[in-house]
Amino acid sequence: MTGSASPLPLNLPGLDRRFSHTIAVPGRGLDEGVHRDWHYLDTGDELARLGVPVVGTILAVHGNPTWCYLWRDLVTRSVQAAQSGSPAWRVVAVDQVDMGFSERTGIHRPLAQRVVDLASFTDTLSLTGPVVTLGHDWGGVVSLGWAVDRPAQLVGVMLLNTAIHHPEGTPIPAPLRLASARGVLAASTVHTTAFIDTTLALASPALDSAVKDAYRAPYRSADRRKGIGGFVADIPADSQHQSFSELERIAAGVAELDVPALMLWGPRDPIFSDFYLDDLVERLPHADVHRFEGAGHLVAEDSPYADAVLAWLGDNIDRLTNPASTSPRASYALARSGVEDPLFTPLWHRLDERRDDDSTAVIDMSTRGRRSPRQVSWRQLSDRVDRIASGLTAIGVHKGQRVSLLIPPGPTLTAVVYACLRIGAVVVVADAGLGVKGLTRAVRGSWPDVVIAESPGLIAARTLGWPGVRISAARLSKIAAAALGVSHSLGDLVAIGADTLLPAPPLPDDEAAILFTSGSTGPAKGVVYRHRQLSALRDVLASHFDITADTGIVTGFAPFALLGPALGTRSITPEMDVSAPRTLTAAAVAAAVRDSRAGIVFLSPAAILNVVATAGDLTQQDLVELERVRTFLSTGAPISAELLASAGALMPNANPHAPYGMTECLLVTDITLDGVRAAADDGDSGVCVGAPIGSNRVLISALDAEGRAAGAPSFQAGVLGEIVVSAPHLKDHYDRLWLTDRAAVRETGLDTDSPGERWHRTGDVGHLDHLGRLWVEGRLPHVIVTPTGPIAPVGAEQDVEQVSAVRRAAVVGVGPHGLRQAVAVVETVRPTKRPGLASPEVTAAVRASTTLPLVAVLAVPQLPTDIRHNSKIDRSRLSQWADCVLAGGKPTAP
Amino acid sequence: MIVLVTGASGFLGRAVAAELIATGHEVRTLQRRPSGLHGATDILGSITDPGQVARAIHSAEGVIHLAAKVSLAGDAREFHTVNVEGTRTVLAAAEAAGVSRLVHVSSPSVAHAGSALEGVGAESASPEQARGEYARTKAKAELLALASDSVKMSVIAIRPHLVWGPGDTQLVDRIVDRARRGRLPLLNGGTALIDTTYIDNAASGIVAALHRADVAHGRAYVLTNGEPRPVGDILASICLAAGVRPPRWSIPAGLGRAAGSVVERVWAARPGADEPPMTRFLAEQLSTAHWFDQRDIRKALAWSPTVTLDEGLRRLKASYRHD
Repeated sequence: MTGSASPLPLNLPGLDRRFSHTIAVPGRGLDEGVHRDWHYLDTGDELARLGVPVVGTILAVHGNPTWCYLWRDLVTRSVQAAQSGSPAWRVVAVDQVDMGFSERTGIHRPLAQRVVDLASFTDTLSLTGPVVTLGHDWGGVVSLGWAVDRPAQLVGVMLLNTAIHHPEGTPIPAPLRLASARGVLAASTVHTTAFIDTTLALASPALDSAVKDAYRAPYRSADRRKGIGGFVADIPADSQHQSFSELERIAAGVAELDVPALMLWGPRDPIFSDFYLDDLVERLPHADVHRFEGAGHLVAEDSPYADAVLAWLGDNIDRLTNPASTSPRASYALARSGVEDPLFTPLWHRLDERRDDDSTAVIDMSTRGRRSPRQVSWRQLSDRVDRIASGLTAIGVHKGQRVSLLIPPGPTLTAVVYACLRIGAVVVVADAGLGVKGLTRAVRGSWPDVVIAESPGLIAARTLGWPGVRISAARLSKIAAAALGVSHSLGDLVAIGADTLLPAPPLPDDEAAILFTSGSTGPAKGVVYRHRQLSALRDVLASHFDITADTGIVTGFAPFALLGPALGTRSITPEMDVSAPRTLTAAAVAAAVRDSRAGIVFLSPAAILNVVATAGDLTQQDLVELERVRTFLSTGAPISAELLASAGALMPNANPHAPYGMTECLLVTDITLDGVRAAADDGDSGVCVGAPIGSNRVLISALDAEGRAAGAPSFQAGVLGEIVVSAPHLKDHYDRLWLTDRAAVRETGLDTDSPGERWHRTGDVGHLDHLGRLWVEGRLPHVIVTPTGPIAPVGAEQDVEQVSAVRRAAVVGVGPHGLRQAVAVVETVRPTKRPGLASPEVTAAVRASTTLPLVAVLAVPQLPTDIRHNSKIDRSRLSQWADCVLAGGKPTAP
Repeated sequence: MIVLVTGASGFLGRAVAAELIATGHEVRTLQRRPSGLHGATDILGSITDPGQVARAIHSAEGVIHLAAKVSLAGDAREFHTVNVEGTRTVLAAAEAAGVSRLVHVSSPSVAHAGSALEGVGAESASPEQARGEYARTKAKAELLALASDSVKMSVIAIRPHLVWGPGDTQLVDRIVDRARRGRLPLLNGGTALIDTTYIDNAASGIVAALHRADVAHGRAYVLTNGEPRPVGDILASICLAAGVRPPRWSIPAGLGRAAGSVVERVWAARPGADEPPMTRFLAEQLSTAHWFDQRDIRKALAWSPTVTLDEGLRRLKASYRHD
């Protein structure tokens, strides 16, 4: 069946029929001489009615098998934004011919024809003025075709999951391979609704049935679905394909586009995976990219894409409205080019300096199949770093490429990290604490060019389909190497690189590392550091804790183990399973101090717990060795004063410190045990974490009545708000999380400040006191917004934990936002078997312990905590659980 | 002003009338039994009798209408006669007598469809969704009352939730009596959050509604202490105040509801003298959250509770010691 555009059905959820139009478009190419009726959505009339000046047009092109209904939220939200005074963007969203409610032509339309079709449509519509294209799926390609052909009108490009290039010789994604296979194609796409149903089922959370019906509305019969089959048949799987050259032409053109670009991506897409995102980022390196964790192919349904689009248009309004005056490519390149800085000392500087030094640089006592500790001299380490660096260079690894490291902490990891840094490759470090799912997300999301791993990591990489060239840390048999898809071992690299010269070192502003957050506060995020920031971290650590070549550090906390060579002092990992801090014993710490004559000990709270628990095993000699320690640090998570004091007691000459920081800024403030004790007398709410280290600055962005951090950041004491920090060693940005980045730097800084100062919203809440000390009171999402204002949980939790029957407590909110009621959830000293109301006695004692009115006291056998630290209580989950129980649900375990 | 209180022999009605007298109003009461109040003029009669109502309301400026058939079970026609037709009669008489303010005392159950209510406002009364004859007829009555709101007569509906206190025979005595006989289960461990209203707060809130009816009229407000607590906590506290053993046994909410529903049907066919031990309505009340957004009412009435839950429990306990 062919025929003109059909009328839009009534009552499609979320779409106002006022915006629906049809237009007869003179055909070109295959359609020369005939007119085709197009259906499209257009907000132009509505904006004219509102009398707002239109700054430009968003030309939105759907993919297969959707239609312009995909863009309904943008249609609605853009008009609302214009109504509320934001710059008005007209949205024109087409139904491509043979699709949606546009005409059925009965003619197969290869890509080149579709690009011509769209041009004819916009010409007929007399679309003048600046245009930002927006495309999804194959609509992304068609929209980019329009973009490369209309440079005079084009001011920006926006893309949702799409692909512009497919490397020859590699198979196209399996689901498409299946769908386009002869025989299957017609059956799945045209004769049945299988292709539509499968696509709609990808939405997460699942679509309302009314929305699904709306998507299906134009495709009710096989005749009306021919376009869907046509699109699938038009996927150019190889260079012989009819549309291959047009795709190549567009792909090449995209690499020349010099307009602002936005990519919004759903990573859970079986077809347009991160592989294609990576390709697009290479072509448009200046693009702003946001991956919506949890969203998939139908990212427009799974995420608030319309708000993201409008926010991006708002942020870029100057560049979009004065396109001639800017070159996004040039400014991106300029920002990244960096300059030599004579004052800059690279992280590997000490390795170069001490390349002829035979004294010990690294000792590894961790027990991984070895009897005696492994000792590496400065000469050996320096040599190994150079050789690996050369080897990586020889196999083509170069500056800017990402190298994912799945190697446990130890001398091998240390050598590989410095080798990568030396050649400018970006190291990606995610720790096993994320779990396999989290790790897979992290590795896939950062899309590494190379994965260097030990066998477990390689097996995971193989079975879970992680990207990247695989290098084995250990030497493998040929069979094992082939089975794991491993191309080289580190040993091979050393041999291969023997004759290769090292490249020029990276510049201070080149990217150096991506560290992953713990995931205890939402999906793990990749945090990007530049060389300058890592060097600054080294320097602040050295100066604050007075670390010199003679100091020596014991590192039971992995991130700091890596910094030993940069600090130019020997570092030692004690006997322990480095991936499980709680395996560290007091005797192992004493042995490490003895062997390294270390003056500083870094431990995590989980390790300290066990060190204190095993202190009884220390010999008299061990105790003497521990007297050598002058500084002791608890890092990585909050620690109680009691535990810090117990550990400090084992090192009588050491000053115990508990610095506060996060993956984005590893050292923010610092407090000593004496400081903790002094603070306890002051009785503020929260955990006192001391004063800012070095040149760091800490401000508070006050919470408003709705619990939003709306206040201008200030030093004012006693104000509850979000903690905002600046530091020379602060992260640069989040990886491919443009919206997250935007939120983290929103309205930060002081008017009078040096413009170069970089700020970060931590997502933690707390207050400053009159002595300039910071008190942490919880996480921003855990703030309980009651009818009388926002309440941070930690202060009340501390009150409740004073009750003798309570072991650990969490205070969370239940009920609707703005009306939340505070509830205490406790682990009792005598553990309860079943979750439910606490006993009347415990309830009364808990209520009496705090001034915060508590509507209920619930007792649970165990509070849910994060995987990495086993100490950060998952208050969000607990809040949902309490909400359900206190609504009258069955009290199951939280 | 001269204020007529209907149903002043009840627990809440008596407290409201006493509060009115204390604030200096001239109080008349209309009910079948003497109110026993000093300083009030009792007019004995029924709100179902237009003649008696008209006499009682003559020359009054304000009316607080509390009289209703309150029960968890019973004859549907009787509920309708008292709660719907009685209210219609009071409204008509008030309009005819030129009353300027009328407070209709209603119940949150008029908008309750059995699901958990967490921090909600006062939704519109819905006879279709209300559970049980009491709630259904009170819903109809509230709709009638609010429809009578006019330029001449300001009508406001107040829905106090679970009023309790010393001398309460409706809620407290039943809880204590059932606990004593071991017939008071907790549903799902008694964790559902319930907001209640201490008697003094209910009375002062209703009087505040009369005072502010000129500005806050035309809608319903839920009135509570604004201190939700798990139902298990509340029942235990009331039992402890009364010196009886708190409920110890818990049954799944689903089972409680099903049992309540069966019992309700049996009771409808063979009504006994006592109330059924568990009705579906009661099961829902005891197993789902019922707490309310109190911001609007406090602002509209320029009022807030003066007796906290804990203070109320202390007073309850003291009252049992005197008994």
